[in-house]
Amino acid sequence: MKTCRTHLLLCAGTGCVSNGAFEVMRSLEEEIKRHNLTEEVSIVATGCNGFCERGPTMVVQPDGIFYQRLTVDKVPHLVEEHFLKGRPVKELMYTEAKGRPPVPRMNDIEFFRHQVLIALRNRGRIDPEKIDEYIANDGYAGLARILKEMSPEEVISQIKKSGLRGRGGAGFPTGMKWEFARRSAADLKYIVCNADEGDPGAFMDRSILEADPHSVLEGMLIGAYAIGASRGFIYIREEYPLAVERIKRAIRAAEEYGLLGERIFGAAFDFSLRVVRGAGAFVCGEETALMASIEGKMGRPRPRPPFPAESGLWGCPTNINNVETWSNVPVIILRGADWYSSIGTPSSKGTKVFSVVGKVENTGLVEVPMGITLRKIIFDIGGGIPGGKRFKAVQTGGPSGGCIPENKLDLEVDYEQLAEAGAIMGSGGLIVMDEDTCMVDLARYFLAFLEDESCGKCVPCREGLQRMHEILDDITEGRGTMDHLVLLERLANTVKKASLCALGSTAPNPVLTTLRYFRDEYESHINEGRCPAGVCKALIRFSIDPEACTGCTACRKVCPTDCIAGERKQPHKIDPDRCIKCGACHEVCKFNAVRKT
Amino acid sequence: MDPETLERLDCLIDEAGLEETDLIGAMQDIQRELNYLPEEAMRLVAQKIGVPLSQVYSIATFYKTFSLEPRGRHLINVCMGTACHVRGGVQILEKLKRILGIDTGGTTNDQRFSLEAVRCLGCCGLAPVIMIDGKFHGKLTQKGLDRILEQYE
Ligand SMILES: Cc1cc2nc3c(=O)[nH]c(=O)nc-3n(C[C@H](O)[C@H](O)[C@H](O)COP(=O)(O)O)c2cc1C
Ligand code: SF4
Ligand code: SF4
Ligand code: FES
Repeated sequence: MKTCRTHLLLCAGTGCVSNGAFEVMRSLEEEIKRHNLTEEVSIVATGCNGFCERGPTMVVQPDGIFYQRLTVDKVPHLVEEHFLKGRPVKELMYTEAKGRPPVPRMNDIEFFRHQVLIALRNRGRIDPEKIDEYIANDGYAGLARILKEMSPEEVISQIKKSGLRGRGGAGFPTGMKWEFARRSAADLKYIVCNADEGDPGAFMDRSILEADPHSVLEGMLIGAYAIGASRGFIYIREEYPLAVERIKRAIRAAEEYGLLGERIFGAAFDFSLRVVRGAGAFVCGEETALMASIEGKMGRPRPRPPFPAESGLWGCPTNINNVETWSNVPVIILRGADWYSSIGTPSSKGTKVFSVVGKVENTGLVEVPMGITLRKIIFDIGGGIPGGKRFKAVQTGGPSGGCIPENKLDLEVDYEQLAEAGAIMGSGGLIVMDEDTCMVDLARYFLAFLEDESCGKCVPCREGLQRMHEILDDITEGRGTMDHLVLLERLANTVKKASLCALGSTAPNPVLTTLRYFRDEYESHINEGRCPAGVCKALIRFSIDPEACTGCTACRKVCPTDCIAGERKQPHKIDPDRCIKCGACHEVCKFNAVRKT
Repeated sequence: MDPETLERLDCLIDEAGLEETDLIGAMQDIQRELNYLPEEAMRLVAQKIGVPLSQVYSIATFYKTFSLEPRGRHLINVCMGTACHVRGGVQILEKLKRILGIDTGGTTNDQRFSLEAVRCLGCCGLAPVIMIDGKFHGKLTQKGLDRILEQYE
């Protein structure tokens, strides 16, 4: 970093970029130049800051002032007031609600206040494209330490002691996995970073790779040393172009600095790394399918054992961990296993990154200590449900996970507690749902997703999911019977028991948890032919409440089938025979006059 | 395929690498270059990397990225992730189908757009989201879609 008086840390994560962060950046540069401030104010494009809802965001250091929802037209005023005259601009600061006073400093904002950053330690603080900035923030110091002071066995024992568990889904103890791979004798061993991030609704891996790629590289280097691997792969989704670019750039920089290659830090340790792009198959996140894909084949799971630690890539011992798992490793080495294991619950140590999305006020990415309650994540950090709606459920663990109802919001998040509730930790997607979400439709959605992504190798998953999907189609389209529910549960249990890989064996979870907690919604669909949330198209009707309608004509203009009639300032009416239930009228009505019943 | 294109593909494959592990990457690069995988291109990869054509074909049909048919000039990826689903992603997809007059996986007659449904694009904070030619458009409403499509000729 230049020795400037002020640093502007502008978020250049995908969320902010699509909200115009780069346009804002150009305009900042121009204005700063215009006021001759280039020697004093520098701009750093950082990775995702987490508060995507309020993007583009920017933090002014050293004072920690947080600006949000920046737009190009506000930049001239901002630069003149804050950076020339030294008066921070209140209008661009965060406020909790309309009329509340602005909160100037980032660390005072509820969204950030409860977070503990380990995996995301450098997010929004460094330029992810500059290896020097990573190094200046203790980067590669963990690697230096192990190469000078620690034997591979000592590294493994530290990781074991820290209690770190895999962040990719199943939560397997990382140190133990490394030990298995260490003990497999072979001339050539591999290490893999799983960055396929298939869970729809989770984007922490993307964020880590975009905001701090070197933390993943350093974690992998430490792991490679510990198990004795000399080659590694990062398997990353093609749908994440920015992350692919950043990780490739990071690899090149590390090679130039001698942090990858031969005799790293002068030690007898060689390691090289390659990037492989995933080509859009969810099942390739499963480790044996992922390895097949790296080998250049169709990505289908195979039975385990043999586990990758014995026989993985090309038959060699292979150790696979998730992005977030890797990025925790350097910190554990530097700050010690005791420090790490002091955070969290008895069974789950450290922090977890969650993406809090769906029907929640502050959508974004948060890192919190294990053991925090769901309520705190959703209501204190997430700011609760928008639009005065009622909370209904939160879905964790993606397609393999489950839906947790309101009366379980005080459970303390860790691997075991979530499992007890019928859900799983998974990769950390938390999808918040309100009264307008239909739980039957959601179960159907996940089944459709998994049916589509099933690799088709084994029958219970391939056929079972299809049958279950058909039953849910019947229920959501008004052809359901109570016998369907019995059949659904039976099928679910068979698929769970008999599938080859975890895609199939966890696929029934969303169905089973919604049946467990929201059976009444299934029954409304079946017995009353009614979708209480107003989602299932076949069971709802659109109409306009004449009392509430102001006759603004907005709905009439957007209706694709011209089935809304009415004079200006007079109540409008929908012709149900021609209505295709697209919901366009509901979307545009500012007076809440369009009803779904 | 004209000789120039073939030569370009030849270079692409060389750059991607000639081992079996480079196969999918090479196919991705070709897909990006041509918008689809013509048979000739698949034969070329198979021959250069030294794998059976059937393996190339199995990959081309297994992974969602690949298309055996030419795609339109602009590719619209509609996010069907969970966050987008609960925030109305289905309505966005339905609306796009109506505007373009095609189904998911289809291409408009004028070759202007292809429409695909994809799993989470990783910016759920902006749900519902679509990605056109790699550029994200978020917080969509049915009403705003026409204006967005106008930007793509
Ligand atoms: C269908 C399926 C999809 C998966 N997708 C991912 C994924 O996208 N990312 C990931 O890290 N792990 C995924 N996993 C888990 C991996 O198989 C593996 O357990 C994990 O990468 C191990 O890393 P960890 O121990 O650090 O969690 C998936 C598993 C299954 C069955
Ligand atoms: S459980 Fe499903 S995804 Fe897994 S191997 Fe069987 S068919 Fe394939
Ligand atoms: S948009 Fe709402 S208020 Fe306006 S005419 Fe339609 S129903 Fe009435
Ligand atoms: S669910 Fe649509 S971007 Fe994640």
